[in-house]
Amino acid sequence: MAWRAKYDQFMADAPNGNSPVTTWEYSPAPETTPVVIPDQTQLYVGGKFIEPHSKKRFATVNPATEATLSQIADGDAADVDAAVSAARKALKPWGKLPASERAKYLYRIARRIQERARELAILESMDGGKPIKESRDVDIPLAAQHFFHHAGWCDKLRYAMPGTPEPRPVGVCGQIIPWNFPLLMAAWKLAPALACGNTVVLKPAETTSLTAMRLAEILQECDLPPGVVNIVTGAGATGKALVDHAGVDKIAFTGSTEVGKQIAQACAGRGTRLTLELGGKSANIIFADAAIDQAIEGIVQGIWFNQGHVCCAGSRLFVEESILPEVIRKLEMRMKTLRVGDPLDKNTDIGAINSKQQLAIIERYIAEGGREGCMVCQPNHQTLPTKGYWCRPTFMTGVQPAHVVAREEIFGPVLAVMSFRTPEEAISRANNSPYGLAAGIWTEKGSKMFDVARRLQAGVVWCNTYNQFDATSPFGGFKESGFGREGGMQGLAAYLSE
Amino acid sequence: MNDHERLAVLKTWKLFIKGSFPRSESGRTLPLHNKDGELIAHLSHASRKDLREAIESARGAFPGWSSSTAYLRSQIIYRLAEMLEGRRSELSDALRSTSGVSKKKADTEVSASIDRTVSWAGWCDKFPMVLGSRNPVAGPYHNFSMPEPSGVCVAVQGIAEQHSLLGFMSLVLPPLCTGNAVVAVANTEHPLAALLVAEVAPTADIPPGVLNVITGDAKELAGWIASHRDVDSVHAIADEAIAATLRAGAAENLKRVQILSKDEDFTDTDRWTNPRRLAPFVETKTVWHPSAT
Repeated sequence: MAWRAKYDQFMADAPNGNSPVTTWEYSPAPETTPVVIPDQTQLYVGGKFIEPHSKKRFATVNPATEATLSQIADGDAADVDAAVSAARKALKPWGKLPASERAKYLYRIARRIQERARELAILESMDGGKPIKESRDVDIPLAAQHFFHHAGWCDKLRYAMPGTPEPRPVGVCGQIIPWNFPLLMAAWKLAPALACGNTVVLKPAETTSLTAMRLAEILQECDLPPGVVNIVTGAGATGKALVDHAGVDKIAFTGSTEVGKQIAQACAGRGTRLTLELGGKSANIIFADAAIDQAIEGIVQGIWFNQGHVCCAGSRLFVEESILPEVIRKLEMRMKTLRVGDPLDKNTDIGAINSKQQLAIIERYIAEGGREGCMVCQPNHQTLPTKGYWCRPTFMTGVQPAHVVAREEIFGPVLAVMSFRTPEEAISRANNSPYGLAAGIWTEKGSKMFDVARRLQAGVVWCNTYNQFDATSPFGGFKESGFGREGGMQGLAAYLSE
Repeated sequence: MNDHERLAVLKTWKLFIKGSFPRSESGRTLPLHNKDGELIAHLSHASRKDLREAIESARGAFPGWSSSTAYLRSQIIYRLAEMLEGRRSELSDALRSTSGVSKKKADTEVSASIDRTVSWAGWCDKFPMVLGSRNPVAGPYHNFSMPEPSGVCVAVQGIAEQHSLLGFMSLVLPPLCTGNAVVAVANTEHPLAALLVAEVAPTADIPPGVLNVITGDAKELAGWIASHRDVDSVHAIADEAIAATLRAGAAENLKRVQILSKDEDFTDTDRWTNPRRLAPFVETKTVWHPSAT
């Protein structure tokens, strides 16, 4: 490969041996604010913290240290049933409340999240492994914004759905959320549901329940009427009990496409309303006329944000052939500067992989890529902590469209790099996937950008940027990435009936 | 001249796929009876292969139809109304031949169906304004959301309706006007008006494949429709059994499914020209671009 020879030459010419980049020594900058974590958690049902019916609990660990943080209550079908009953009981009074009063509860919640933002961010990083600068600057502020934005919708719903002057709530909503953005996903689910007058049973992911239970405290502090929000922690069986519960009017799920299809199947029989926000294998397309240095930052933001545990991660990189060597070279240099390690360190770019199981999945994919003949590149040689679950930022070249790493969602910091010659080829290869969640386009040419944006089958298209989120901006996918939107005016439809 | 009465030329009712009128590849037919139970025609009985061909034809037509301008789509659907207007009596007779409704009732239904077509023609270049938005994100970005067609829609008239033409038009127009390509399965008890719409389609300049109409056993076809991987949405009026088949199969590739109850009232103009009817056939696409350097 011609670019490889060029690259080797470039590295050989580099001033300090094997790297052209001066590696700066950073002093540790840990976030040291103490956060109290209870030894064990309970369920939040009917406005009260209760013991799980089975009395069982499971450990939640800090993926950066493997230390057990707390014992999480394992909710079973009886707990789900109690939560659904509480939500049903609360539905009428909650719906009868003047909309402007309902709004005030949501505003309160938004404000309280802002007040406790630091504590929530630390907890999120400890429980999930994400860098503190992401939980501090992205997860928690966006969670607060979601409640604040949706609070304002409460008394304006008749303007939200065209042709629907008197929208009604759907009823009792079962909401199941993933572990990659624990509090943010809870906010994405709860805020629109509550704004539209629904009541909720929320099931957090089993590895990341701590901030959800902290949110339960906040709800109590805000005097949210009992039963309006119920939180039942647990693993897959708890989620299944919620999906299968006949008293639930609507299911909202964010997670894998595989589980999403099972849920769709379960809801098909009963006609339960459903929205799904599922997996992706999003294409990030770099044209030769892009601002390359900005595009490199976009690639980094696209795939290594939150260790790649992002459903819309730009995990398939398509680079116009003429600039492939330059992009690879610059990407490799940039990757060396990424700081992998302690999630609580304010300088950390890439934290810990969320769980041991997820690390095993990612490693299996990396090995599979190698077996299929891809070149696996991990230019970052930083020393990793001895304990915890870690994966260096990885990219693969020599990837063919049929390779597993080009087709399947890895949900980790692994990028598949491919090249293309024409916009036509880029579009058809980007669309050649059962998924259709997001896409990135990098070009300085407006007409090309709009043409490609229109023809990509993706619910979110980031042009000359990547992984941006906002409460006012609808998020969700085409095709097997699910249906329904979250955020903005379009997101309200999922929680309203004609 | 002989003095015997002129023998009528009977029509062979066929399928409408990719702008042509083939018989079912299976050679199968279904008998069609009038209200008194007398045999009046044989319909093509679409097979799984016919369905596949229709879906393939729709898929092929989708890129062109969805990327044509909204103004053009609007004019084409308006022209469909113009063409139907010229066939008012034929449509009315078709409705009466199988259902036995009065001429007045049939005429009223034809009028309503044409008016509905005009109404949806007008939505083509307006629904993106109503369903789309410019989103005020908290950052230096230009951000907008727009509805886009989801792809290939199969519209299933799974039960014999009181208003077979109005129901047929109400099933196919919302996906069509949003830029989807449609495969319509007409009800086999009252199929003639729908088949006449198919005959009119080419003269309205609807591009081949954008609208396909087949006749067949809805119960038999439902499973094949639901499990077909290249169908993006399903719009159906159906009984419980067909609805369950459609929903279960749709979960396989997460098709968007909109199933109407058999009591659906298609004469409700406000409900059936309302833009919220478009929701199952569009996907919201949100585009971001930095607006500061």
